[in-house]
Amino acid sequence: MSDTPKVNKAPFDWRGLVLPVAFIVIWYAVTALHLVNTKLIVPPGGVLTTAWAELANGSFYLGIALSLWRDLAGFTLGALAGVAVGTLIGASRLADKLIGPTFHTARQISLFAWLPLLSALVGTGDLSKIIFIAFSAFYPVVLGTLDGVRSTTKAHAEVAQVYGFTRTQLLFKLILPSASPQILSGLRLGLIYAWLATIGAEYLLVNDGQGIGNIVFKGRMAFNIELIIFGLLAIGLVGNAFNRLAELAERRLLRWRAPAR
Amino acid sequence: MSASTDDLHVFPRTVERPIAPVWHRHARDAVQQGLIAALTIVLGLILPAALFALWWTAAERHWIAEQILPPPAFVWDSIKYVLETGELLDHIKFSASRVAWSLLIGGSAGLILGFGMALSRSFKAYVFPTFDVLAQLPVLGWIPLLIIFVGIEEPLKITAVSIAVVVPVALSTLHGIANIPQSLLEVGRVYQFDAFQVIHRIVLPAAAPSLFTGLRQGVMQAWLSVIFVELLSSSEGLGFLMAYSRSLGQIDMVIVAMLAIGVVGILIELTLRLIESRLQGWRRSAF
Repeated sequence: MSDTPKVNKAPFDWRGLVLPVAFIVIWYAVTALHLVNTKLIVPPGGVLTTAWAELANGSFYLGIALSLWRDLAGFTLGALAGVAVGTLIGASRLADKLIGPTFHTARQISLFAWLPLLSALVGTGDLSKIIFIAFSAFYPVVLGTLDGVRSTTKAHAEVAQVYGFTRTQLLFKLILPSASPQILSGLRLGLIYAWLATIGAEYLLVNDGQGIGNIVFKGRMAFNIELIIFGLLAIGLVGNAFNRLAELAERRLLRWRAPAR
Repeated sequence: MSASTDDLHVFPRTVERPIAPVWHRHARDAVQQGLIAALTIVLGLILPAALFALWWTAAERHWIAEQILPPPAFVWDSIKYVLETGELLDHIKFSASRVAWSLLIGGSAGLILGFGMALSRSFKAYVFPTFDVLAQLPVLGWIPLLIIFVGIEEPLKITAVSIAVVVPVALSTLHGIANIPQSLLEVGRVYQFDAFQVIHRIVLPAAAPSLFTGLRQGVMQAWLSVIFVELLSSSEGLGFLMAYSRSLGQIDMVIVAMLAIGVVGILIELTLRLIESRLQGWRRSAF
C-alpha cells in the first residue's frame, strides 16, 4: 500500500521464530528418540498425517462450516441487539434508568451459566447455541456502544441543535459516527467472545450437532491426541483470522479519522 | 402576561428575604435528591419486576411445563433448602478457592511475563510473537489437550483457569509499563535512580492503573472459565451444581445456581471497585 506510513514496515524479526522452532525441534526429538510415552506425547509427523487425512475428509469441512455459521449468525444477532440497546441506554437517560440496572446485574452472571437453563428452555440444538452465542456477543457490544455514545462531545451536540437535527439525523449523522471507534472495538471483542462461546457450547453440548468443537472433544473421548492438536490449531487459526479481519475492517472503516492520529 | 409579571417579582423577592432558613434549603435539597434517588431505584426495578411477573404468570397459567420452568415459589424453597443445608456455600467455596489459586498462579506468571517483556527488549522479541498467537486461542480450546495431560481432577481446573488469567494480566502489564512517559524515566535518570528505585518509584506507580485493569480482566476471565470447567467435568463447585441438577432435570436448582453465580459476580465487582478506589486514593495522596 502506498498510502500507509513507512513506520508500520518494521523489518521481520527472526527472534520471534526461535521459540516455536525450538519447541517443534524438541517435540520431534523427544518423540523420535522415544524419550517419552509416544501414546501421550504424539510425534509431530502423526499430527501432520491426521491433519492431511482430516483435510481430505468432508466431515471436517462440514464441522468448520457449521461452527462458522452458528458463530456468525449468533454474532450478527447479538451485535445488532447490542448496538441498539447500547445506543438506547447511552442516548436516553430514561432508558438508562429503566434498563441499565438490570443489564449491569445480568452481566455479572458468568456467561456459561446461561447455557444449562437455555438448553432446558430451548433444547440443545442449533437454536439454543445461536441464542447463547448472540448473548455472548451482546455484552461487549453494548458496553462498547455505550462508551462510544457517552463520549459524544457537547460541542458536536450543540452544532446539531443549531442545525435543528431531527432525532433520526441526530442518531445517524452525529451519535453513531462519533461512537463508531468504540462500537467497532466492542464488535471486535464481541467477535472474540462469540467464537469462544461457539467452541464452549460445542464442548458442553458435545453429543448434539456437528462442529469443530464436537470434533475436537470427540477426539478427546477416543484418545485421539493427533486429532485434538489438529483441531486446536484449526480453532486457533479461525480465531486468529477473525481477529485479523476485524482489525483490518476497523482500520478501513476508521480511515476518515486518520489525520487525527 | 402573568408569567412576565411573575418573573419581575422573582428577583426582588429573593433579595428581600436573604438566606434566612439555611437548614430549610438544605432539607429541601436533601428531599429533592432523595426523591430523585428513589425514582431512579423505582425505575430500575420496573424491568426486573415485569420479568418476575412474566415468570410468575407463565408458571401459574402453565404456559411452560413446570419441569422446564419451575414457579418462583418452588425456586425460593430450593434457595432456602440449599442455604439451610449449607450445600450452596460449600459449592461456592470450592469455586472461589479455584479462582483464588488460579489468580495466584496465573497472575504471578502473567506479571513475570509482562514485566519481562516490558523491561527487556530482546526478551520481548523472543517471546511476544509466540505469546500473541497463543493468546488468541480461546482459553477453552486448551481443555481437551489439558485433560489428556493432567487428567480431569483439580489440576485441570487450576491449569485451565490459570491460563485464562495469564493472558490479560501479562498484556496489561506490558502495555502499562510500555506506555510510561519517557519524561518520567528521564526525571529518574536526573535523580540517578538505581534499577530498584526506578521500578519502585516510577514504574509501579505509573503502571498501577494498567496493572489493576489486568487484575480486573484476570478475575473476570477466571470466573468465566471456572464455571465452564466445572460445567464440563467436576464433582463440586457452582458449575457442577448446575450441570448435575440439569442432568437430573431439577431446573429449580439450575436457577438457584445461576442466581448464586450472579451474586458472587456482583460481590467480585464490588470488591474490585473497592480496591480500585483504594488504589486511586493512594495515588492521589502520593502526588
